[in-house]
Amino acid sequence: MNNFYKIQKKAIEEWQALKNSSEPVIYVGMGSCGLASGAGEVWNSVRRTIKKNNLKAQVLKVGCIGPCYLEPFFDIQKPGLPRMSFNNVDVSKSRKLISEYIIGGETKLKPLGHLGENKEEFEGVKSFWEQPMLKNQERIVLRNCGIIDPENINHYIARGGFKGLLKSFDIGPEGVIEEIKTSGLRGRGGAGFPTYKKWQFCRNAKGSPKYLICNADEGDPGAFMNRSLMEGDPYVLLEGMLIAAYAIGTNHGYIYIRAEYPLAIERLKIAIQKMFNLGLIGKNILNTGFNFNIKIKEGAGAFVCGEETALIASIEGQRGMPRSRPPFPAVSGLNGNPTNINNVETLGTIPNILREGGKWYSGFGTEKSKGTKTFALVGKVRRTGLIEVPMGTTLREIIFDIGGGTLKPFKAVQTGGPSGGCLSEEFLDLPVDYESLADAGSIMGSGGLIVMDQGTCMVDVAKYFLNFTSQESCGKCTPCRIGTHKMVEILDKITKGEAEMRDIEILEGLTSTVKNGSLCGLGQTAPNPVLTTLKYFKDEYLAHVEEKRCPAAVCRDLVEYRVIKEKCTGCQRCVSVCPTGAITGPRSEPHNLDPEKCIKCRACYEICRFDAIAGDAIVIV
Amino acid sequence: MKDTIDAILKKHIPKEKGNLIPVLQSVQKKKGYISPESVNRISNYFRISRSSIYGVATFYSQFRFNPPGRHSIKICLGTACHVQGGDFILKALQAEIGISPGETTDDMRFDLDRVACLGCCALAPVVMINNKIHSRMSVIKLKELLNKYE
Repeated sequence: MNNFYKIQKKAIEEWQALKNSSEPVIYVGMGSCGLASGAGEVWNSVRRTIKKNNLKAQVLKVGCIGPCYLEPFFDIQKPGLPRMSFNNVDVSKSRKLISEYIIGGETKLKPLGHLGENKEEFEGVKSFWEQPMLKNQERIVLRNCGIIDPENINHYIARGGFKGLLKSFDIGPEGVIEEIKTSGLRGRGGAGFPTYKKWQFCRNAKGSPKYLICNADEGDPGAFMNRSLMEGDPYVLLEGMLIAAYAIGTNHGYIYIRAEYPLAIERLKIAIQKMFNLGLIGKNILNTGFNFNIKIKEGAGAFVCGEETALIASIEGQRGMPRSRPPFPAVSGLNGNPTNINNVETLGTIPNILREGGKWYSGFGTEKSKGTKTFALVGKVRRTGLIEVPMGTTLREIIFDIGGGTLKPFKAVQTGGPSGGCLSEEFLDLPVDYESLADAGSIMGSGGLIVMDQGTCMVDVAKYFLNFTSQESCGKCTPCRIGTHKMVEILDKITKGEAEMRDIEILEGLTSTVKNGSLCGLGQTAPNPVLTTLKYFKDEYLAHVEEKRCPAAVCRDLVEYRVIKEKCTGCQRCVSVCPTGAITGPRSEPHNLDPEKCIKCRACYEICRFDAIAGDAIVIV
Repeated sequence: MKDTIDAILKKHIPKEKGNLIPVLQSVQKKKGYISPESVNRISNYFRISRSSIYGVATFYSQFRFNPPGRHSIKICLGTACHVQGGDFILKALQAEIGISPGETTDDMRFDLDRVACLGCCALAPVVMINNKIHSRMSVIKLKELLNKYE
């Protein structure tokens, strides 16, 4: 323990030295979102510029701070000034910032906000946290994301890291479970089972060795909360695993993570190595006699492996197929031994609960759903990104106050991924917690919130999800394997305008068969997207079936592309991009579009600068 | 050929059959795909039948069984990408380079795959080319981008 206080003291000194640095410090947002927006190029360019100009400045990588639509983030902290955050910084803007702001001293480019300790306005610049997207958030799990260098363990320690672990050693395993019980924490993977109960079961189960598995197989399309957390603050997950392992009484930990997240895997590996070097992972951790090792297992791309028993089969090197329960993994899991599986966000919350106390955590949220929840706010919403709000926040607050609303009028919001449902406008005032969402026919899920506007076809969305689940169905049980396939067939008929009213009845019948007859959660929840869209957006189904029309002009077979002769100037841009040569015509004369050759790829629609091409259902003539 | 696979296999004990997936992943990383010969050698080493290995490998979408092209294109078809038009991009690309997901062009320039989600949903639709993610794609932008890859 004494050893740790020495490490802690050194870490705090390093962090303070960084904050009070006499040289400028540059922070580049290098999460996956930032990299996809070009942060890698910015990073290389900044390093070159600094070297070329012989500048004395530090450059640090940080994780994702949340508003992905403003990436790449580029923060500059000059001596004596708070860290100023600039958004959408590409290579040329970064050069300009360095030459004007760092070398010159002044810049006309306005920072988005400052990240100083004090949230008051600073010389006309508001606090970063006062922006509309961040103002109403409560960042507990994400408190370090975008703030610290995820590869530097001292940053994590200086900001209260491993205090939760120390407290756990103080109060003992039973004390930890009691603290989690007080906090009211429920599983953040979607089902919402009380975490303390899960731990208690595994602790009491007979058999050894026991295993702890972190489920980082974030398979829901449209969700990336876990990725951002692991990329931005891997230590909080690892500390959570240490605490969980100590409470359950196991020395073996696994992280089952998607291979699609190479950056998160790399950062976790670095973090594990750094913890090992400080004696925080391995044998006799902090001289308490507690041993713990973590292995990383890369998934190989199967959605069903998010299910506990399928995940275990995959770690054992088999096809990832679920089996019936009981026995539950807490009794017989990996290699037939007691196994506890928790989601990334659940484990990432644990250190915060231990550090601040279970009572403090239970102060957030609603009566039955305590604490905060992270969401990936995406789709047709103005401000997309990663957010964290207290449970019980309404969908309206999330979509309109935090997300800034939609461009076209709002139509629906989809929660819970392929297992969830689409909720219509009347549910906007629904508080987001486990029970309310389930009552409305959807689920909390892992936390993807996909916003849809009038340009989204709900039948197409239902088809998309069913297509996904039918492809990802492992094929073990018949209702799921054949039922989802049949549902896709019917939905396909509807979107092609070939369906009759009878098909909708068959579809409704199939939903209950698949729901009741499937073995695992994948099949049991697969009909949810169909059920909710049928319930709340039946008029769209009817338009497809009775009028053979797609109101949102999305379904390929029900729309037609044509050139509006009056608007076409004959500029030939569409002719050059059409992959099938469907558009012809001499320069300066209205072009011809041959519907026989047209594959409806939308290339002409995108490139036309004169609005001369339109989907038939959205006639602009 | 033999040496690379040998080096991978040597890192694992034949008894630990749970390492089959990591071995397949390493082989694919080095060779680009899982060839019948690789399966043979893995089968001999771990004493697992070839059909069992194919059973496991074909279950997971990560593994491919034909040689990859010089550049690999992965079109994200996650929910956010779908809502923002990812499907249109896939269809247009298929028409442009003339192959379907899972295939490689005859000149070995491109191979094409679809992925369920790359986790960059806030920047949808996204396309991944050779492990680099390109955000806010459109049919036109992708066409221009492809010219950079020979």
